[in-house]
Amino acid sequence: MLLLQAAHAVSDAGTIDVTWTDLALTFALILVAVGLSRWQQLGLERGFVVGAVRALVQLVAVGYILIYLFTAEHWWLVLLALVVMLLSATSAAVQRRRGAKRVAGERRALWTISGTSMLVGSGVTLAYVTQLVLRVQPWYEPRYLIPLFGMIVGNAMNGAALAAERLASELESHRGEVEAYLALGATPARAAAEPSRRAMYAALIPSVNGLMTVGLVQLPGMMTGQILAGQSPLLAVRYQIVVMFMLAGGTAMTTVMMVLWYRRTFFTAASQLAARVPV
Amino acid sequence: MTTPGTVPDDTTPLFSLHDVSQERGGATILHGLTVDVPHAAITALVGPSGAGKTSLLRLLNRLDDPTSGEVQLEGKPITSYAIGALRRRVGFVFQRPAMFAGTVADNLHVAVELGGADAAAKALPMERILAAVELSADYLNRDAARLSGGEQQRVSIARALMTRPDVLLLDEPTSALDPEVADRLLATVARLPKEYGISVIMVTHRLHEAREASTWTIMLEGGRLVEAGPTSELFTAARNARTRAYLATAD
Repeated sequence: MLLLQAAHAVSDAGTIDVTWTDLALTFALILVAVGLSRWQQLGLERGFVVGAVRALVQLVAVGYILIYLFTAEHWWLVLLALVVMLLSATSAAVQRRRGAKRVAGERRALWTISGTSMLVGSGVTLAYVTQLVLRVQPWYEPRYLIPLFGMIVGNAMNGAALAAERLASELESHRGEVEAYLALGATPARAAAEPSRRAMYAALIPSVNGLMTVGLVQLPGMMTGQILAGQSPLLAVRYQIVVMFMLAGGTAMTTVMMVLWYRRTFFTAASQLAARVPV
Repeated sequence: MTTPGTVPDDTTPLFSLHDVSQERGGATILHGLTVDVPHAAITALVGPSGAGKTSLLRLLNRLDDPTSGEVQLEGKPITSYAIGALRRRVGFVFQRPAMFAGTVADNLHVAVELGGADAAAKALPMERILAAVELSADYLNRDAARLSGGEQQRVSIARALMTRPDVLLLDEPTSALDPEVADRLLATVARLPKEYGISVIMVTHRLHEAREASTWTIMLEGGRLVEAGPTSELFTAARNARTRAYLATAD
């Protein structure tokens, strides 16, 4: 270990450099996972190898893109990157809704609804944090906007996917109750109030749990990264608090908007529960 | 000559269906159905399973709309009524009772709350509504989820009555109940028209229920009208051989 460490170039901040040779060495850990998978017949060997190669390619590509964005200093390039991130997150959130039959129109609706909800929830949060809290200069500073947006959108995506899944299953399993409300003259919003509440709750409980256990169970990735990069732990902690609060707010906005809008697609204009629950 | 199933006098029927078809998931459930439902005390919708009885019933307070054709309520297209007001006027009781969370009182209160201030003003006392379905006032504070099937079905009917409907639609209300419990519930239902001035339209596959409780019977088969008329005539002298054969199974 000492020998290995001594051979490394050490940067100004005291960070140990990771070379390509080091990456090749860490690949040994993937091989351990492959070996264990084969031993226990999990069938995940291919998944581990393909996943490792994809992670490598994706991250290296992102690294070069980030270098380009950081040096190009064009506001529109930064916004374009944010849009691409939003679109990939939307695509991932929609694709996760598997199971029931998909009708083209319903999928398009889910795309619009998830995409817009994430845009609003994440966009408002990002603008608030970067412009009013951190007051980054220039306003589009990619070193802040891109990683922060990545974290917000990633969480919002999980929230949106969970909420959509849960809303559809709640409406399906509580059809009788929903129709009983409708039959008494309730609006769709009232008839689906309880399923909607449960969908929002399920989508937001991970955010609450995250706030409750942060620092106790795990050190979040960003904070770990900053500490590894030689930052003072106290600054890293303050950043992490900003991030946690930002994720809670962004996910809550996205989830609530998503559920309130998505549930409309389950009802007709005449307040009827659509024959087949969409998506 | 009148079409079978239409009322042969000038009074506007309660509901009339004109060439109504209903498709679901590629299957045709109702085939160009034309039939009147008169202002009878109790109308029974009978027929073998798959006849389209429930599908027809669901059109009458617009839980569904037909794929084609028109449904009229008292001579006006049913779509011309405001949906919330229509559903409070035409109550629906499902085959399987769906209780809302909370006590029986909470369940009854929902029906009033949904009707707004008007409904609250003309709502009958909950005790009186419970009496109509033969449940004592003690039930008000009981957890609706813990009641028996028969009791829940009575609460469902009470809940529908809270909106002071003119018409009550019952979709096989006794099918999930033991025969004895079912008979007692039917006796309760049979008293509603006289005591509350409402018309009851009831889907049933228990033919003795139709024979004993209803005054008008509509017989469907395979999504088509077979025959309709006064219950006493249908059960004793049906014109149609299929009706005769089916109704004979009542005993």
